[in-house]
Amino acid sequence: MQIPAPFDYVRASSVDNALALLDRHGAESRVVAGGHSLLPMMKLRLARPDWLIDINDLYELDYLLVDGPVLRIGAMARHTTLLESDDIKRLFPIITDAERVIADPIVRNRGTIGGSLCQADPAEDLSTVCHVLEAVAVVRGPAGERMLSMADFHRGPYETAVAQNELLIEVRMPIRASSGSAYEKVERRVGDWAVAAAGASVTLGSDGTISHVAVGLTAVGLDRTVTEVEAVLVGQAPTEALFVEAGRLASLACDPLADQRGPIDYKRHLADELTRRVLRAACRRAAASVSEITI
Amino acid sequence: MTILEDRPTNPAAGGHDRPIGHGRMQRKEDPRFVRGKGHYVDDIVLPGMLHGAILRAPVAHARLVSIDTTEALAHPKVLAVITGADLQALGLAWAPTLSMDVQAVLVTDKVRFQGQEVAFVVAEDRYAARDALELIQVEYDVLPPVVDARKAMDPGAPVIRDDLAGRTDNHIFDWEAGDKAETDAVFASADVVVSQEIVYPRVHPAPMETCGAVADFDPIDGRLTLYETTQAPHAHRTLFAMVSGIPEHKIRVVSPDIGGGFGNKVGIYPGYILAVVGSIVTGKPVKWVEDRSENLMSTSFARDYIMQGEIAATKDGKILALRTNVLADHGAFNATAQPTKYPAGFFHIFTGSYDLAAAHCTVTGVYTNKAPGGVAYACSFRVTEAVYLVERMVDILARKLDMDPAELRLKNFIKPEQFPYANKTGWEYDSGDYEPTMRLSMKMAGYDELRREQKEKRARGELMGIGISFFTETVGAGPRKDMDILGLGMADGAELRIHPTGKAVVRISVQSQGQGHETTFAQIVAEEIGIPPEDIDVVHGDTDQTPFGLGTYGSRSTPVSGAAVALVARKVREKARFIAAAMLETRPEDLEWEKGRWFVKGDPSVGKTIAEIAMGAHGTVALPEGIEGNLDAEVTYDPPNLTFPFGAYICVVDVDPGTGHVKVRRFIAVDDCGTRINPMIIEGQIHGGLTDGVGMALMEFIEFDAEGNCLGGSFMDYLIPTAMEVPDWETGFTVTPSPHHPIGAKGIGESATVGSPPAVVNAVVDALAPFGVVHMDMPCTPARVWEAMQGRTRPPV
Repeated sequence: MQIPAPFDYVRASSVDNALALLDRHGAESRVVAGGHSLLPMMKLRLARPDWLIDINDLYELDYLLVDGPVLRIGAMARHTTLLESDDIKRLFPIITDAERVIADPIVRNRGTIGGSLCQADPAEDLSTVCHVLEAVAVVRGPAGERMLSMADFHRGPYETAVAQNELLIEVRMPIRASSGSAYEKVERRVGDWAVAAAGASVTLGSDGTISHVAVGLTAVGLDRTVTEVEAVLVGQAPTEALFVEAGRLASLACDPLADQRGPIDYKRHLADELTRRVLRAACRRAAASVSEITI
Repeated sequence: MTILEDRPTNPAAGGHDRPIGHGRMQRKEDPRFVRGKGHYVDDIVLPGMLHGAILRAPVAHARLVSIDTTEALAHPKVLAVITGADLQALGLAWAPTLSMDVQAVLVTDKVRFQGQEVAFVVAEDRYAARDALELIQVEYDVLPPVVDARKAMDPGAPVIRDDLAGRTDNHIFDWEAGDKAETDAVFASADVVVSQEIVYPRVHPAPMETCGAVADFDPIDGRLTLYETTQAPHAHRTLFAMVSGIPEHKIRVVSPDIGGGFGNKVGIYPGYILAVVGSIVTGKPVKWVEDRSENLMSTSFARDYIMQGEIAATKDGKILALRTNVLADHGAFNATAQPTKYPAGFFHIFTGSYDLAAAHCTVTGVYTNKAPGGVAYACSFRVTEAVYLVERMVDILARKLDMDPAELRLKNFIKPEQFPYANKTGWEYDSGDYEPTMRLSMKMAGYDELRREQKEKRARGELMGIGISFFTETVGAGPRKDMDILGLGMADGAELRIHPTGKAVVRISVQSQGQGHETTFAQIVAEEIGIPPEDIDVVHGDTDQTPFGLGTYGSRSTPVSGAAVALVARKVREKARFIAAAMLETRPEDLEWEKGRWFVKGDPSVGKTIAEIAMGAHGTVALPEGIEGNLDAEVTYDPPNLTFPFGAYICVVDVDPGTGHVKVRRFIAVDDCGTRINPMIIEGQIHGGLTDGVGMALMEFIEFDAEGNCLGGSFMDYLIPTAMEVPDWETGFTVTPSPHHPIGAKGIGESATVGSPPAVVNAVVDALAPFGVVHMDMPCTPARVWEAMQGRTRPPV
């Protein structure tokens, strides 16, 4: 049994209560949701908060709904909820793809989208997915709510724009017609952190060319979408030659580190390979979604 | 009783096992495990019990400058802080290892590996004990470490074991087997010679339950009760007596339910000794249970062999000879558990299943600044490394000769008429009939069809590999004339008592860690004396209740203890004959046995059951001269030889050419462990071993950085396989009984761990053949496979 350093614990009863508790306990308090990142870090004594504020009673944040042109996901929605959602499968298959390879069922039953995004682990899949889907993070604090783009929300490894006395409460994904998306990850073993992963979202115009595209990479040192790829793809008809060029650009854009999961050139190769794969799948899905609408 | 249906996993497996004593019955121990009622060391709570925690070294090699325990002792819940200096004063700072070396219980002079034990805190609860570790101030003078075993013998390499008098280098032992001159001569005249460096990287047994102990020293009568996670309670009792000075009759070692051992729980760890010292010092029971990182970083590892292999053959594929030089990384203390004569265990079984003209091996053991050990699943006796070497070399030879690897193996097998077979390094293989086993595995796999599929896929640029391994194990150590550990012969005892009502208790010296002893041993007795297994209680794991014996490791329980149990049951059966004769007023030689009953020859209606005889023995029957009034017996079994189980494994993999990811698509395992007792338990053992083998082949690796930091200190970094990484196992069997074992059984516990890694690696290398890959070392992670495809294979160490 690995034993964390001593800490105090309190259960929040509402979002407002959680914010008040954060305010009261100050800098050495941490919010715990699913606990699958924070608790292991505490057991290894890498994290030593004085206070744990448990927000698992905040059922008000556990929802997933299509609201006009936006999919709204409460911060406490569990990975399992996302994985099993038919709306998500239909609108954002990239999320289903990613959730299928996030950890294992036990972790997915507890882990939340809010926890994943706020942890901002560089090998975390949903950050990439949210970047690709141009999600908006809704953050609430004593002064009210802020809406942040992923670029503003996600500041780098383990760092977000959420202040100590704020809480991420919702993630919003804009729904685009004629779109497809996909995610693929390489891991040494199911449940291991990604060696590398890539996600893509593609929207096709009425002429069959790519009208909108975003590509993101996980665990290879890039905290943004691969804008270089977007510039090359938009306005073009999807072809294998185009995907190859996109893969090449992605491998140049990333900045991976060598570790036990692999050397730098392998990870660059994966950025290339996986970018091609997810673009292929996203275009295929987008085309299918176009034909569905026509029917 | 529930007998499960025989359910072969692959229709081609066919076959009819004739198992022993009610065959495929459900395990008697499982009701408590599946209901969460197992009772492990950490479940033991004694009145007034305190808790210990170990402070461990943060660096791999450092002079200990000072330890200040003042602040820790001031913690309100801390009762004692024990340091190396305290132990030195008691003469307990160093303890003997199972390989005639010594190991520091707590550091006195120098840290020799990261995670080494530095101080021990005893507190009122385990939280306080853990917190107090941070209050101990230690000053280290960091030294350059020896991390790469290849550099351990370099002139000028730091000397790790300066505690040993006169020591000027990191050399532990040189050992050899076989005839060097003869082997060199065969190599010199062979048509074909291929060489390959093959590394079996350091892995860890990683049992689900980590190691721990509860020590309860009674200061009034000087009695020590020690609850321990141990696979060998009797050997531990004797060693504790030798080290601590507590007389052996005052020591009781209890090994309750054990949550997996795999060799990890053979050795005596400092934590066990510290729990005892803590109990002596405080006068109260002390519990110590290590956490996962402590288990992975400080307890016994496995493998870590760097092998230079060479194989010689004629150009038409007759294998002539094998030779190898091995560099063995033993870590900071030589704490492996090997029979005294064999510092490299049974590595000299590396001649495998082939009829060779000559063979020679040398093994050099060296110290490095890493955790000690070398005892693990299949096995401490280094058979795993040996089989991996030969099975990889045969595949490399097949590639060189452009021969099918199955065909090359079939051509070179030892023939059935050659058994018992004396190999070139001193073993006598007891029995074997290899070709039918190999053919069965090929039939189950659809081997020719797989090769056709592979050819088509290659033409399309897809990477599919088929890997074969045919292994011969040597298990059931061992004859006392050849084998001992620290002077203790490797025999096992068994005691059987039949109660007056015909129910029985059998007491054994080996200790289950999940192998199903409570069922298997009851089945052996049931077969021999004809009462149902449900009526036989198997007692093990408590030195006060069981006869002496060396314990469970190296697949020795069935070959040694199983033989003891069969023999003790036969002894009881013979005694029953005399008592039955008295009861029936006839002569013993006029009686005939049928399961559970002696009856009068020619008149089967007149007879006595075992239950009737037991009641008679304890009752008022006038007993014959020399027969005591009970139906009990005991034996100590000294095996005449080891047993040599074998098997044919075929693995099919698909490799993603874009990512290097390996998917094990199929795995066919045909095992021959001689007479089969409970086929369900055998299959369970095989499933576990295959999973372990796939883990080692694809992902498991205890890696160190240049400073000697262990990079595998948690399950985040040390990967073990899950159900997602393994296919549905397809198992089959053949039966070639051991001629010297009372019921013909051989060991099975480690066969699959021995046999599966080469099958998986052979399959991966086969898949990568289009890239010119001849060999790659484990673990076959996506990155390493991709590097191999780029022509950049590299050893893991």
